[in-house]
Amino acid sequence: MKLIIAYIQPDRLNSVKQELYKEEVYKISVTNAMGCGQQMGYTETYRGVEVEVNLLKKVRIEIAVNSSFVDKTIEAIIRGARSGEIGDGKIFVLPIEECIRIRSGEKGEGAIG
Amino acid sequence: MKKRLLLIAVLAVLLSPAMIFAEDVVDPSAASALDAIWLIVCGGLVFFMQAGFAMVEVGLTRAKNAGNIIMKNLMDFSVGALLYWAIGWGLMYGPNGNGFIGSGDFFLASGDHVNWFFQVVFAATAATIVSGAMAERTKFTSYLIYSVFISGVIYPISGHWIWGGGWLSELGFHDFAGSTVVHSVGGWAALMGAIILGPRVGKYVKKDGKITVKAILGHNLPLAALGVFILWFGWYGFNAGSTLGASYDGAALDMAKVAVTTTLAAALGAVFAMFTSWVMNHKPDVSMSLNGALAGLVGITAPCWVVSPGSAVIIGAVAGILVVLSVEFIDKVLHIDDPVGAVSVHGVCGVWGTLAVGIFGDLDLLGASSRGAQIGVQALGAASAFLWVAVTAGLLFLIVKKTVGLRVTEVEELRGLDIDEHGTESYSGFQIFQNV
Repeated sequence: MKLIIAYIQPDRLNSVKQELYKEEVYKISVTNAMGCGQQMGYTETYRGVEVEVNLLKKVRIEIAVNSSFVDKTIEAIIRGARSGEIGDGKIFVLPIEECIRIRSGEKGEGAIG
Repeated sequence: MKKRLLLIAVLAVLLSPAMIFAEDVVDPSAASALDAIWLIVCGGLVFFMQAGFAMVEVGLTRAKNAGNIIMKNLMDFSVGALLYWAIGWGLMYGPNGNGFIGSGDFFLASGDHVNWFFQVVFAATAATIVSGAMAERTKFTSYLIYSVFISGVIYPISGHWIWGGGWLSELGFHDFAGSTVVHSVGGWAALMGAIILGPRVGKYVKKDGKITVKAILGHNLPLAALGVFILWFGWYGFNAGSTLGASYDGAALDMAKVAVTTTLAAALGAVFAMFTSWVMNHKPDVSMSLNGALAGLVGITAPCWVVSPGSAVIIGAVAGILVVLSVEFIDKVLHIDDPVGAVSVHGVCGVWGTLAVGIFGDLDLLGASSRGAQIGVQALGAASAFLWVAVTAGLLFLIVKKTVGLRVTEVEELRGLDIDEHGTESYSGFQIFQNV
């Protein structure tokens, strides 16, 4: 059991979701996030004054999967999120100690699927 | 002295409109003051409809494009006012024209300030209808170019046919406050714009050869509702002000009648749009009901002076049903992406209102020989306006598309027009899902 966390560009969320559906990964949590990486930031102008925007809007995706799904999920996220430019984002993979379905009390791999 | 006359005129309006016709002769300067007050107050109300359009369009589209919509509504008025002063007014009401186009009085040489002011706000209304249908994907520069042509040329010429003494008015075509002149013209330009521009990314998704229609939710229904209430409020200036005077014999009765028919049609439009959406989609839909009120208002705009309150009820009810069916037809069958329903509200219900003049209108007031003939003339007028706008606006948008380009890039559309067109955000400090 792994937890896949990905930070992506907000405007790529739709295509990532579509790629995930194609791989039959339907369970996903999405949160808005702010962050800065190599992209560094950009400038906006407000009433003639430049504003440096350093913390950029990102979207954070979390997906818990069983081992057989790990590679497919990662590839789907890359296919959906990659534009080739700086700022496309990162993917982290973490082990999961336990997973419990609240409704039934079911535990382990069965609770994830 | 002038001030005192003005005061008397205001008092006369406030105290009792009946007093005005009680006297056999109205002091001419008091009469012209009365007319000016009426037209400038009503013109101000119509101007405020610009705010209504802006709020409706902002509310029914996504947060990432809010600033862009505001800019379009601000600029089509501002650019349009300049052009309407320079050439539009002359093409519409110029004295040296023929049946097709007016000429003369460019740059308002005649000094007819009162009437110009009341007309410029109507020109702006026609222009701003389009911004809603083309929302969330149009290049800002291209929209500015469009604004120049609609207020400067397209609207004034068809307006001349009907209000400027042109060929349609010669035939007896009647459009009291502009179902065709203003609303259909704006609605059909919106239709051409939306077709040539194409749908927003993700609106019609093709899958296995079948097109699925997706909803792209507006980000603020309360703002959209505020916009509709502002429009309804402004419409009292739009319709009642179209008596074009307050001092002529019977003006007081005309204004009051128009206010009543306008109110009833708007109310029934909202009620019937609500019921129609309730029956079709099992819930009374909020934004459809809001569209319904506007549909009723557009429908009553042409006939408001020539129909009874009872007819206004029917006209509003039909407009309410029509707008829901039309929105669904344009979206689900024709696959034309109109985010705020501008084509249905202004184009389709504008035609309905124009025909309603013939169907329900008082033949004596219209000076018509028979009902059939009047309906025929109304249909001819609606069709001519459609053809005129479809051809000219169609050409305009195609030329813009081939030269400067009509649409922003896909990346820009996904990120939002606020950031890439204007370099700013509308909701700074808020975290908004830009991606939905």
